[in-house]
Amino acid sequence: MIRFEPRENVSTRRAVGAPVFAALIALSLAAIPIWAAGADIATAYILMVNGAMGSVFAISELLARATPLILTGLAAAVAFRAKLWNIGGEGQLYAGALAAVAVGSGGFALPPYALIPAVLVAGALAGALVMLVPTLLKVKLGADEVVTTLLLNFVILLFVQMMLEGPMQDPMGMGWPQSEPVLEEAMLPQLIARMRVHAGLIVALVAAIFAAILMRRTVWGFEIRAVGANPSAARHAGIPVTATFVRVGLLSGAFAGLAGVGEVAGLKGYLTADLSPGFGYAGIVVAMLAGLSPLGVVIAAIFVAGVFVGADSMSRALGVSSYLADLVVAMSLLCVLISGLFVRFHVRIGGSRLTD
Amino acid sequence: MSDAPAEQAAVLKLTGITKRFGALLANHAINLELYPGEIVALLGENGAGKTTLMNILFGHYVADEGTVQIATADGGLRPLAQGSPQAALKAGIGMVHQHFTLAENLTGIDNILLGTRSLLSPIASKRSARTRLDKIMRESGLTVDLDTRVSRLSVGEQQRIEILKALYRDARVLVLDEPTAVLTPQESENLFQTLRSLADEGLSIVFISHKMAEVLSASDRIAVLRHGELVADLPSELCDRNMLADIMVGRHLEPEARSEVEKGPALLKLSGISTGHGRDALHNVSLQVHGGEIVGLAGVSGNGQGALARIISGLELPRSGSMEIDGRRLKPAPRAVMREGLVRIPEDRHRDGIVGEMTVAENLVIEDVRSRAFQSFGFLDFAAIDKRAGDAIDAYDIRCPGGDAVARLLSGGNIQKIILARTLDKEPKVVLAAQPTRGLDIGATEDVHRRLFEARARGAAILLISEDLDELFQMSDRIAVIHRGKVTLPQETATLNRSQVGLMMAGQESEDAA
Repeated sequence: MIRFEPRENVSTRRAVGAPVFAALIALSLAAIPIWAAGADIATAYILMVNGAMGSVFAISELLARATPLILTGLAAAVAFRAKLWNIGGEGQLYAGALAAVAVGSGGFALPPYALIPAVLVAGALAGALVMLVPTLLKVKLGADEVVTTLLLNFVILLFVQMMLEGPMQDPMGMGWPQSEPVLEEAMLPQLIARMRVHAGLIVALVAAIFAAILMRRTVWGFEIRAVGANPSAARHAGIPVTATFVRVGLLSGAFAGLAGVGEVAGLKGYLTADLSPGFGYAGIVVAMLAGLSPLGVVIAAIFVAGVFVGADSMSRALGVSSYLADLVVAMSLLCVLISGLFVRFHVRIGGSRLTD
Repeated sequence: MSDAPAEQAAVLKLTGITKRFGALLANHAINLELYPGEIVALLGENGAGKTTLMNILFGHYVADEGTVQIATADGGLRPLAQGSPQAALKAGIGMVHQHFTLAENLTGIDNILLGTRSLLSPIASKRSARTRLDKIMRESGLTVDLDTRVSRLSVGEQQRIEILKALYRDARVLVLDEPTAVLTPQESENLFQTLRSLADEGLSIVFISHKMAEVLSASDRIAVLRHGELVADLPSELCDRNMLADIMVGRHLEPEARSEVEKGPALLKLSGISTGHGRDALHNVSLQVHGGEIVGLAGVSGNGQGALARIISGLELPRSGSMEIDGRRLKPAPRAVMREGLVRIPEDRHRDGIVGEMTVAENLVIEDVRSRAFQSFGFLDFAAIDKRAGDAIDAYDIRCPGGDAVARLLSGGNIQKIILARTLDKEPKVVLAAQPTRGLDIGATEDVHRRLFEARARGAAILLISEDLDELFQMSDRIAVIHRGKVTLPQETATLNRSQVGLMMAGQESEDAA
């Protein structure tokens, strides 16, 4: 008989240590599929570590991959804190990317120095507006945002495809469904010469610090936490619940939109319908791994990116399936969720029954 | 038959019962015997371990130490298998929980027979069951329509079904957990008459209560629990109110008395408020509360108090009618009513009063977080918030590890103190106190009463919504009664007596009662 007894006071060390420990366990569990694939386990781990941070190039790849994950992770973390379940990060990312391309490919006559800010603002705004719709549907009509945000992902992806095969198709693209390229002046600068890590990382880190300050130190953050933890007490205490949801929705969408900006204006240079390999959904995993803490999101995003980049490089070298990376990320989430149980409860085995 | 003779054999014997929940010692070495035909009241504050003890008896919990023994047919005692409600039922222990365990969509008789017969038993056995039930009802006086769906029965009738269920299963010991919590005073009186006649037939009854009046009048013996220990086990005729209160709390208490306060102008004025449908509706409610006075609103819960409190709190717009605070009509919004000087102590303090996951300090400032005192340019002023928290914790004696403790971990009384501190410290013009002492122990209740009297002395108008007649008569200058959404004209407390108010709570006009 296993019993769970709630812990009254959770120490910070335990709260922070448990997910780290869980991630390590998940990484070591990866040995099983590696072994099953017939590869040498020690070599695989060494290759993984090298692939993720063994060289400047590896670290650049790691950070380039972490950049969108930080932003979509923040989008989920901020919204989930208010119990606004934004599952639509993927759609908001594409909306941000579409707006960034529209502004950045010279669609509007802007002086060069204004282009980068304009691209960032346009992307953030587009993501925010996309999230505004389900938020308003939730607060005004009680529509479940899990459903609406999720379904909007498909609507937006189809819309992007339509635009890429129609009005926004690159006339020089030989019929491929891709947008016109972003102007050189509108591209986010590279942080290291000839490496892929770009200024979007700075944007993501600033966003994380902004979110951390907002949640802990401002009235708005206070209200977001109150609404998320107990909406009826928040309402009773005079906190504007509807306005808080709208604020959170806009902010969350803006973060996801910025992730899209970084991908087109920092990496690819043009928009295609396969821009994101599911960064919006991975952001949810990142936020959960981080325990919804904005600064934790940075660490969790780097971890997840490291697993992806490292496993990619390892699987290429050893010839095992790169789905291994997905497996490790999924196992980390499970392990972290299970470790959360140990953080919040004493687990006792044996002893008497509480109820029959 | 009070005072069971010593030579008579006990029907039930608890020996050295100890139960721990984590670090909490819920029951500590409790010995209790129960004799045939006696009514024992188990008295104690919230958290004293009454319900835990009875749950051990009924098999919901297993004691860490100690034994439960039940009389056998030949008069000896045999141990009762622990942790098995089936064993308890078979041994003749029946339990009526505070929250009834009835299937709402079944009839009374189906509820009673539920679990007693196999699914394949013929209809005829239901007929014989009915004959037996009719006989039980005749003998016990517990009459109720067995063919009505339970959801259509009143709370009192549902309770009778619960008791019949136990009797039908040949209960020798009947345990009732807070049986009067949901009843009107008259219904309570009927219940205790029935229990007495059942006891005279030889049934042993234990009822759990924290209401002194009914414990004194209805029991043969009183067992008092405090912090999980049995601190007194006395014949009822040797006890009196003050003595029991002192035993229960473990120290001497002086009840707060009402002082003379000059009555001011009408600060809260409700005119012709109607809203809602069904049980939570209000019909043309008009009420005035003056400065320096407490108006008590008596009523059995679920007669429209919730809707009234929500409207006054600014959470809901009435269909018609208006509300004025100090002569000003209000926009219905929590912040608007608070700005006009109306503060609210919500009925459900865990749901509406505090954000459990946030800290004590945050909960203390949650209503004022936008005021200049606690923020500048949208940034929280942590120094001011911490100072406010420290001051409130000292002034209101909020027992907590500190301002940064998570509010959810505090006891009900301390949570209520957080709410009192953040509301009454604003020196409000009007106080809405909805069931402010529900579920609180005596000490915390006294605290709430003292604070409300202080607010009254400062000239606040206080509307006290309560089901507790003791509290209403102790606190109120005037008392109104709410029943099915209608509110009577408040009358001076001195001109009223309890049975009058009790009858009005049950829906009879005061003229009939006089």
